[in-house]
Amino acid sequence: MQLEAYAVILSAVLFGLGALGFVFKRNIITIFMSIELMLNAVNLSFVAFSRIRALLEGQVFVFFVIVVAAAEAAVGMAIILQVARNRHSLNIERIDLLKL
Amino acid sequence: MNVETILFFILAAAALGGAVNLIAQTHPIHSALSLIVVMVALAGIYLLLGAELLAAVQIIVYAGAIMVLFVFIIMLLNAGVEERTAISRAATWVGLPFGVILTVVLGWRIAFSQAPAHTGPGVDMVRASRELSQMLFTSYVFPFELTSILILVAILGAVVLAKRDF
Repeated sequence: MQLEAYAVILSAVLFGLGALGFVFKRNIITIFMSIELMLNAVNLSFVAFSRIRALLEGQVFVFFVIVVAAAEAAVGMAIILQVARNRHSLNIERIDLLKL
Repeated sequence: MNVETILFFILAAAALGGAVNLIAQTHPIHSALSLIVVMVALAGIYLLLGAELLAAVQIIVYAGAIMVLFVFIIMLLNAGVEERTAISRAATWVGLPFGVILTVVLGWRIAFSQAPAHTGPGVDMVRASRELSQMLFTSYVFPFELTSILILVAILGAVVLAKRDF
């Protein structure tokens, strides 16, 4: 098999691990990290497919995914900060009301 | 087996180990450090796949900026070891099969799909960085400028959310 095929399989496994972490973890920060892991896995598959099909559009798209991930991280951190300030906890079991 | 494949497997092992460690660790700072390992390994894989510019961006933006944000927020909130609850045990029994099935289905579908390889016009991957930059500033200049507005909105949103007392 080619290098790209291995990369795509690695990206699938990383995405699965990210999804596992999203379900398993109880800490809101670690859940956020699992989301970042899934975004990274998708980026890897974009790069691999871009190489398989010899088209650079996939790499352009990775740029936009990274930008959106950065914006998401900034807003997400602000939300986590507010939640932690109001609830005095980072455990998602304690954050089960829409009301702050 | 050539050098590239061996390097790829070393980096893939680092990425997988980091990802497993991210889930296995209970302290958020350990998870954050594992995530940095994953991102640096992925940057190396991008290099092997011929995406030099993306490898640099991955290191600078992800491992640099975003992970600093994570470590900063962990220290600011003084996040400790996560506690186990009754629901988290239920999630173990539901989540483990879910994750395994998702991974197997994704990997199986991708590994055994008959995608036509190398059907594109054939880009020289050595000069990929230059062509990528040209593409970004000609064909994709409108989405590129839109992302600057997105970042501006994200900055404003973060400031407003963090400052206001709810």
